[in-house]
Amino acid sequence: MTKSGKKTKPTALFDSADWDFETLQRTYEAIEDIALEDLGLDVYPNQIEIISSEQMLDAYCSVGMPLMYEHWSFGKRFIHDEERYRKGYQGLAYEIVINSSPCISYCMEENTMAIQALVMAHAAFGHNHFFKNNYLFQQWTDAEAILDYLDFAKHYVTECEERHGVSAVEEILDAAHALMDQSVFRFRRPSKLKPGEAEERERESREHDEQSYRELWRTLPPVDAAELPDAEERELNARKAMLNLPDENILYFLQKNSPVLEDWQRELLRIVRNTAQYFYPQKQTKMMNEGCATFVHYYIVNELYDRGQITEGALLEILHSHSNVVFQPNFDDRRFSGINPYALGFAMMQDIVRICTEPTDEDRDWFPDIAGNDDWRATLKDIWANYRDESFILQYLSPKLIRDFKLFLLSDKAAQPHISVDAIHDEQGYLEVRKALAASYDVTAVEPDIQIVDVDLRGDRELVVRHSVQDGIVLDEKTRVDVLDYIGRLWGYAVRLEGIDLATGRNPYTERVEAPGEKDAA
Amino acid sequence: MIHLIDRRLNPRDKSLGNRQRFLRRARKQIKEAVDKAVSERDVADAGQGGKISIPSKGITEPRFRHSGTSGNHERVFPGNEEYVTGDKIQKPPKGGAGSGGKEASEDGEGADEFVFSLSRAEFLDILFEDLELPDLIKATLKETHAVKPRRAGYSNFGTTPNLNVLRTMRNSMGRRVVLNRPKAAAIKELEDEIEALQAKDDLSATERLRLAELVNEIEDLKRRQRAIPYIDPVDIRYNRFDPQPEPKSKAVMFCLMDVSGSMGQHEKDLAKRFFILLHLFLQRKYERVELVFIRHTHVAQEVDEETFFYSQESGGTKVSTALIEMQQIIKDRFPVSDWNIYAAQASDGDNIANDSGVCVDLLENELLPLCQYYAYVEILTEQEVARYAGTSNGKELWRGYQAVGEQSGKFAMKHIAKRSDIYPVFRELFAKGDKRDRVA
Repeated sequence: MTKSGKKTKPTALFDSADWDFETLQRTYEAIEDIALEDLGLDVYPNQIEIISSEQMLDAYCSVGMPLMYEHWSFGKRFIHDEERYRKGYQGLAYEIVINSSPCISYCMEENTMAIQALVMAHAAFGHNHFFKNNYLFQQWTDAEAILDYLDFAKHYVTECEERHGVSAVEEILDAAHALMDQSVFRFRRPSKLKPGEAEERERESREHDEQSYRELWRTLPPVDAAELPDAEERELNARKAMLNLPDENILYFLQKNSPVLEDWQRELLRIVRNTAQYFYPQKQTKMMNEGCATFVHYYIVNELYDRGQITEGALLEILHSHSNVVFQPNFDDRRFSGINPYALGFAMMQDIVRICTEPTDEDRDWFPDIAGNDDWRATLKDIWANYRDESFILQYLSPKLIRDFKLFLLSDKAAQPHISVDAIHDEQGYLEVRKALAASYDVTAVEPDIQIVDVDLRGDRELVVRHSVQDGIVLDEKTRVDVLDYIGRLWGYAVRLEGIDLATGRNPYTERVEAPGEKDAA
Repeated sequence: MIHLIDRRLNPRDKSLGNRQRFLRRARKQIKEAVDKAVSERDVADAGQGGKISIPSKGITEPRFRHSGTSGNHERVFPGNEEYVTGDKIQKPPKGGAGSGGKEASEDGEGADEFVFSLSRAEFLDILFEDLELPDLIKATLKETHAVKPRRAGYSNFGTTPNLNVLRTMRNSMGRRVVLNRPKAAAIKELEDEIEALQAKDDLSATERLRLAELVNEIEDLKRRQRAIPYIDPVDIRYNRFDPQPEPKSKAVMFCLMDVSGSMGQHEKDLAKRFFILLHLFLQRKYERVELVFIRHTHVAQEVDEETFFYSQESGGTKVSTALIEMQQIIKDRFPVSDWNIYAAQASDGDNIANDSGVCVDLLENELLPLCQYYAYVEILTEQEVARYAGTSNGKELWRGYQAVGEQSGKFAMKHIAKRSDIYPVFRELFAKGDKRDRVA
């Protein structure tokens, strides 16, 4: 910790566990002073809302959003969380923060004042700064528009339920939810959404959809073209060009091209797709985001203590919950459930401060560009702005941390009777461990790569979906048929899923679901 | 810069809609679980909500995901204490609980059962979902002649007891203000002044003039006061009452039971369960449900619940006495115009010779026309069940009642031998519409 700038008179901001709005305000101002003046964070305006534990449970199940359309799966999550909470299996998060402008943080009324201070530092400044500055959020989400959009979505879904019945809406949402993971643009930026524009767009797109629907039929190649020697291939190319294939965004494709959907159903697909897109950056930066917020709250509360603004008791209480949050159980521990993003993120941020200020020779070898630059604030801000989990680990996971965490790499090959230890925390293993760990944070690699590649327009309109198999890992059999079935419902005709191993060209599996009509007839 | 908002008073239960959607979605599974729970539970808490667990099969949310058992996986773990590069670890036999398998159980819930709690209302809703009270609709329609006055605004006509003072005075005041009716205080003031002037002995010319002026003025005011009455007939308003047809919302349930020596505690317990289920069911349909317990041996008497279920009596069995008692009670306390009458009779089927015919006669001619529904459950031992299984035959009373069952839509009878029979039998008795099978 650096020396505190000014020594104020050691009067604590609060000295009891109870909080009131005046104390919150006062504490917030003290935190803000450190966050902006000392750390130099750049944040959206803050809006802090105090809610009860029931409301927190409510917020939980609608994926943390203050507004969400209604669906049974949210109810399932709610019931599940509620049951666990009531039985004491699971505490509730102290806060939920929403990537919007103003940045909304929910704090629970049950929190003590010390915890409220921690939460404000964590959410209102840590997460907030990350949301505002990280390139993924900047490029892919619109903090100003999201609440308006969700409001539109909620009303639209309710309206559809009134007009078409709850179960008709549910059918579409079920199918869309199953395809959410495969329905984000990974490489091209989705068009920007301005507040209030959604309704307008919906109307326009309805007309457009109708037109493109007719296109599908009119632009079939003329008969003589089919008789040319290369006809088949040319036809395929024409088709692909027309339908923009291959398409990685399944819901987008279905929304635009499905021959059986009605306008409102297409709009529902778009709503689910947009929600998925909004959360996509969060998926890719979970560890960094938490690391950033944890680092910020840790720095701020220590600074508050150094300035005499919080008491020793409050500091201890905060540190107690801090260390719970950043606890990393070992792989053979009963509590182990993967690498804790708070633990790894926080450790890496702290480690960068160390590398900047007190580098060892090893650090100078590994990180020549930042080691000893003595400006950790700028270094961290640059990292928070320009990396995601995968690239951050690949670039900045230091040998010291690999040793601290005692990381090791296991390789499990289906053909082998045993699992082998490929690398551990030693000189030969650092790079390999780091690369493998980084890869496990690469969302595009962790999630199956599934694309729509072809449609048989002339025959039975069978839709062809391809899963690019990597490392021989196929799709889970139980779920792949179910999900394929959902695609079939949205497409209206048969769907074929091919697993193609790109490296070997082999085709380890193929699934096909019949058109919904055919199945009923059978 | 900061915006602090207290949201604690905002409506909770934002997830209620989601919860209901979930319950509807999993309706079938929940229904099965609820039925199972009821047959296992004690009577006392048969109607409570509570925990149920349903198979998570119908409520999964499938996504495409990698299979944990195929292909080559690499994964980094923390906390290595013993391994060095090149170590080989035997894979656990099948099932993949190793590094690969772990991944699979992490996101999934692992367990095949989804456990959660239902509130009492939800529980009962589901429990009685496809059950219908026989002739409920007919009864409510029939009852439209029962009327009750309801407040319906104000009217210009009415009787004095219905006078609405507030409205009347409001109108009166409005009129008085508009017409500028002189206030009593104003007159009093002038009168005081006159008094003061008259009290003087010698009045000046101006004072005398003033006095005359005042007298005139008072005269004028009083005239206007008379012309503009304090309360005019146009001010008067009465409370208006509209006679509104009122559906019957009261039900009485008669529990009739044979308590002679042949009915042991086991039989009584079964009967009690049946009665309680019926009571719960009626409670959901009616605002108010009265219970009447009639026990009988060779004589019948009305008793309280405790006595009904737990005290032993000795004597013969004469069922008709109970029916006569019931008829009497209806006549005394439960006029058919106000009450929906339900009856459930439990017995082990014994009756003295010749009495069954009397019972049938009583039922057909006296009681059934008054009742909405009359259910008879015959409680048998296991051996007896085996004997009567599949036949429509039963013991003495059953054979007698069969004649009734065939003729009337209001009568049903069933055999019960063990706890688990009760709920299915109950369901059969009250199943909606055509599914109802009056006679076993």
